[in-house]
Amino acid sequence: MTASEAVESAILRTDGLTKRFGGLVAVDDVDLAIDPGEIRCLIGPNGAGKSTLLKLLVGQLTPSEGTIHYKGEDITNLSQHERAQTGLSMKFQVPAVYGDLSVRQNVHIPLQREVERARIDAEIEETLADFNLLEEADTRVDDLSHGQQQWLEIAMASALNPDLLLLDEPAAGMSVAETERTAEYVHRLNEERDMTLLVIEHDIDFVRAIAQSVTVLHQGEVFAEGTIEEIENDPEVRRIYLGEVRE
Amino acid sequence: MAGKTSGSVDHSTANGPIQRLRGALEGPNTLGNSRAFWAALAVLVGILVVYPMLRSSYYISNTAYLLVSAFLGLSLCLVWGYTGIFSFGQVAFYGVAGYTFGVVSINVTGPVGTVAGLLVGIVVSGAFAFIVGYFMFYGGVSDVYVAIITLAVTLVLNTFMGQTAGEEWAVGAARLGGFNGMTEIPNLALGVGDAAITVEDTAFYYFVVGTLLLTYLGLRVLVNSNIGYVMVGIRENQQRTELFGYDTKRVKLGVFTLGGVLAGFGGVVYASWGNYIDPSVFGLTFAALPIIWVATGGRKWLSGAIIGTFTVTFISQKLSVFGGQFSMVILGALLLFVILVLPEGFVPQLYRRLPGGDGK
Repeated sequence: MTASEAVESAILRTDGLTKRFGGLVAVDDVDLAIDPGEIRCLIGPNGAGKSTLLKLLVGQLTPSEGTIHYKGEDITNLSQHERAQTGLSMKFQVPAVYGDLSVRQNVHIPLQREVERARIDAEIEETLADFNLLEEADTRVDDLSHGQQQWLEIAMASALNPDLLLLDEPAAGMSVAETERTAEYVHRLNEERDMTLLVIEHDIDFVRAIAQSVTVLHQGEVFAEGTIEEIENDPEVRRIYLGEVRE
Repeated sequence: MAGKTSGSVDHSTANGPIQRLRGALEGPNTLGNSRAFWAALAVLVGILVVYPMLRSSYYISNTAYLLVSAFLGLSLCLVWGYTGIFSFGQVAFYGVAGYTFGVVSINVTGPVGTVAGLLVGIVVSGAFAFIVGYFMFYGGVSDVYVAIITLAVTLVLNTFMGQTAGEEWAVGAARLGGFNGMTEIPNLALGVGDAAITVEDTAFYYFVVGTLLLTYLGLRVLVNSNIGYVMVGIRENQQRTELFGYDTKRVKLGVFTLGGVLAGFGGVVYASWGNYIDPSVFGLTFAALPIIWVATGGRKWLSGAIIGTFTVTFISQKLSVFGGQFSMVILGALLLFVILVLPEGFVPQLYRRLPGGDGK
């Protein structure tokens, strides 16, 4: 497959995507192409522009320049809810859950878009069972652990059955065991529900566990792209990023 | 159990009409999802029905007035309590509808005029809320700035209506009357020609009880519907809800408009009750009252808003025997107490302690 064919078949493609905040260029001329069905990790040092890039993709921020194509359609000028309606869903960096509501009510809100009222109670329980949260169904979400809140938000974001799911640091603040479980959930969404995933993550063990390919962002630009082995063995990447983490 | 919320409602057996009706009326967004609740509501309605046979016309009229205020409370409950839009100006829609009713019903005499006044009043207050809401929500105004803008709109109306004492300030036969207010607003009459029934005294009371009950049940259906879930989602986290694919600005605008309609209905009925309306409905004191009613009762629950409105208004009437200013001081203290000690309001607190309440 040639490079241009790869770009054609991409589920998500950005061309020259740029975001400036005054004099700061947070995202600088980023060309990104995500293939359908892949799990792509987006890594980079703090301030590399990863979260800004995700916010541009979901429409929380408007790009200064460049375009975003999703499933062949130009979505650059769509509002946030319109992008979500095209099958794009996101988990925020800090868990954005409805803290004052029960776990059940939390899942109800996204799921009612997909499921009619007569079946929704059963579907909610199924969703919660998938993420090991069924026992907490009637717990107030503020009373859940941080890890459970992260999983709940992944459950909610995936309840929309998106084709592409964006996860901003899904394993942040988790124990080793919790991180492993999160990796398992990511694999299941990818394999059993055919979702493409774009995942921002700092934890390199987690990246190793899930990534089929990795994009390194540095100072707003795409610095390197490849498999996890290629990235880990790239001396330039090690210099800017991985060297800080381990080895 | 601590940390558990009232949650699941089993609608899986929704076959018969009663179950289907309960399925629509019940859910985690309302208090009272049990047979015991509906039995208690039936008893309460029964008491309200026989009440006029037991008390003098003064009490009947006053109770009707307390219940009219509940429309204003429900309007704020929907906008603020359910959707998180902190409006300090629901009274603006109440007052605008009241004045509109006066203008129409004074100019168009007879039952046709009052029915038209009712409809025009509601439409005008709804349109007014739509316009204010459109500029706020599509202009990116949120949080405390909504309160500032809605209060400013209300106070502008207060100042404007206050300077309409001159004879030139009249719409047809209806004089606006400045701070003295608009007088000789007719009683609401429903129907056409000789078949019309003037809604006064006991009939007025039953009219208010009936419309309030229907409004309460209708709003229960609304807040337990999918839109109700979206409203609650917006209150808890608008950004999150938007990224679930909901057009949150449009939902907020719709709810705010409905809030304007509800407050407007209350304003029309109020103007018809006292045959009078004046600019104090746009005053700072009156603007603050719905917030006190709803916060005290429980802003996140329809029943909290109604019971809160009724109770606080009742107490302040009793206190005003000792002087109006004194009663406002007590009400202010009451609001502080509720915010500090019962931030959810007293109705959900009491409800969860009842046997058969959802809290268990």
